[in-house]
Amino acid sequence: MSGKAAGLRFSPWNLFLLIPLLMLVTPWFNFDKPRFLGLPFFYWFQFAFVFIGVASVAVVYVMTKGKSDKENQR
Amino acid sequence: MTPGGGLQWTELSIFVVLFLLVTVLGFLAARWKAAASLDHLDEWGLGGRRFGAWVTWFLVGGDLYTAYTFVAVPALVFGAGALGFYALPYTVILYPIVFLPALRMWSVSRSHGYVTPADFVRGRFGSPTLALLIAITGIVATMPYIALQLAGLEAVLRTMGLNGSGIVGHLPLLIAFIILALYTYQSGLRAPALIAFVKDGLIYLVILVAVFYLPAKLGGWSHIFDMSAAKLAQPNPKTGKPAGSTLLTGTNQLQYVTLALGSALALFLYPHSLTGVLASRGRSVIKRNMMALPAYSFLLGLLALLGYVAIAAGVKPITNAATGNPDSNTVVPVLFDIQFPSWFAGIAFAAIGIGALVPAAIMSIAAANLWTRNIYKEYLRRGATPKQEATQAKIASLVVKFGAVAFILFIDPQFSIDLQLIGGVLILQTLPAVAISLYTRWLHRWGLIAGWIVGMGWGLIMLYNIPNPSTGRAHFGTSSMPLSTLSIFGWHPFPGVATQIYPGFVALVANLVIAVIVTVIARSMKVFNGVDETDGTDYHADEHDKDLRPIGVH
Repeated sequence: MSGKAAGLRFSPWNLFLLIPLLMLVTPWFNFDKPRFLGLPFFYWFQFAFVFIGVASVAVVYVMTKGKSDKENQR
Repeated sequence: MTPGGGLQWTELSIFVVLFLLVTVLGFLAARWKAAASLDHLDEWGLGGRRFGAWVTWFLVGGDLYTAYTFVAVPALVFGAGALGFYALPYTVILYPIVFLPALRMWSVSRSHGYVTPADFVRGRFGSPTLALLIAITGIVATMPYIALQLAGLEAVLRTMGLNGSGIVGHLPLLIAFIILALYTYQSGLRAPALIAFVKDGLIYLVILVAVFYLPAKLGGWSHIFDMSAAKLAQPNPKTGKPAGSTLLTGTNQLQYVTLALGSALALFLYPHSLTGVLASRGRSVIKRNMMALPAYSFLLGLLALLGYVAIAAGVKPITNAATGNPDSNTVVPVLFDIQFPSWFAGIAFAAIGIGALVPAAIMSIAAANLWTRNIYKEYLRRGATPKQEATQAKIASLVVKFGAVAFILFIDPQFSIDLQLIGGVLILQTLPAVAISLYTRWLHRWGLIAGWIVGMGWGLIMLYNIPNPSTGRAHFGTSSMPLSTLSIFGWHPFPGVATQIYPGFVALVANLVIAVIVTVIARSMKVFNGVDETDGTDYHADEHDKDLRPIGVH
């Protein structure tokens, strides 16, 4: 099997995938104030985390892209 | 007009027109990007394994964010407040968690032609028994899920006035499902993939209009939240406790977190989610989708807030004429019915109704694939050709769908909701065999089987023992368990602690502990761990590899 990567291929960039898990620490944001557009903090903070989740996955996608493609295309 | 009163003709006409449109699409789908023949599971069951980024986005989005989700999540917020919002963190942490394992699963399945998660387990451990356990878990967890899609569709039909009693009350549902069954039979996975475009387009339109228009009409979000907080704080007449709150309380924070995490871990173990992943063309399609799918999560969060809008608008759930109980799933349909002009309500109902068809089709295909590959071919007809497999799966998809209809017709819908609750706990118990073994074969196959048995058994016992005081039910009440009732052979590790937790999560921990213990024993006794047919390089295969396995070969 010509030069295809085997086993685990771990990039440190993958650690970015852990950032969205911070959303599970509820005591950080279980508050009513400050409100934004009338939404309590609890709600708009979690909406904001949607973007943090997307950004974290995007970082991993972009930063590990070139490497694995080259290895796979041979 | 009162919701649930007479027939709503405008709404009904728009609903029927849109329903006919997707029916035509469903039948035409058989010719879409068609291969020479649909008589192969790669084609019928996985759409030819060649869906690009856009199709996959609509397909997986239409698959994971189901009609039931769109109806049940706001209903939960309507009834309990902040706890129901767990759906947002659940679907945000989902993608970072499954990003890497989903890629490995796609590659190894592409290399070996696996169609189901049980196929992978069979190949990884050479164990038909373990594969059978995974397949049965998948089918049992999926069946009530399909039934719930029907419940979502029926909630809409009842709001439009089709609220008859007895068997006549179920007739519209039956007709809708026969149509769905026929085009799924003919077109396979291509049908829901094509319909998903219409479904998701309508859903985005409806939700975005609803979250801007309704708060403006009802005095703004601030006012809606203040009213909801006051309403939820009123004590429930049956239990004497408040129904809920707009923020988490001291006792349900752990429940919120474990429910979100447990649900996120479980979602891609459901066979129908994997079907969507395996149908994609390559690794980059999956990666791009893991970035783009949270758009649906944002939408789901907005939709959850409609539960509060319904409180502020004074919505009363419709009484289901077939069972005589108020059906909380009608909260959002009723809200649309009383707040929107009837033509827009018709579009909204069509969105929910079609939203039920897409996941129901994919789930029945996934369950049919499991039956065909891991039970029929393994135990009933070993030498089945790809053509026989495809025929068997088509028939199985019909059986599965009519089984789900029978659930709704003959059994209290509450039973489906119970089973769905149980299904989440059950499917989570396949995590060690399906997800962990993507990375390592250290866990022994007998360890995995033992862990599965313990996780399954204990999970069911815990759920069985949870009462629901507000509905007066003694068993399968909710998915939150006070830690004080946690009992390990009569030993209570947390006496008197009122903090609540998701039992599926507890069962998974027990499953893993047992799997590790049995693995250590089996390894020290040098018990044979099966033959692994996969190779390290298989987990990195991609669409442009020259030595890739051809698709749909007979």
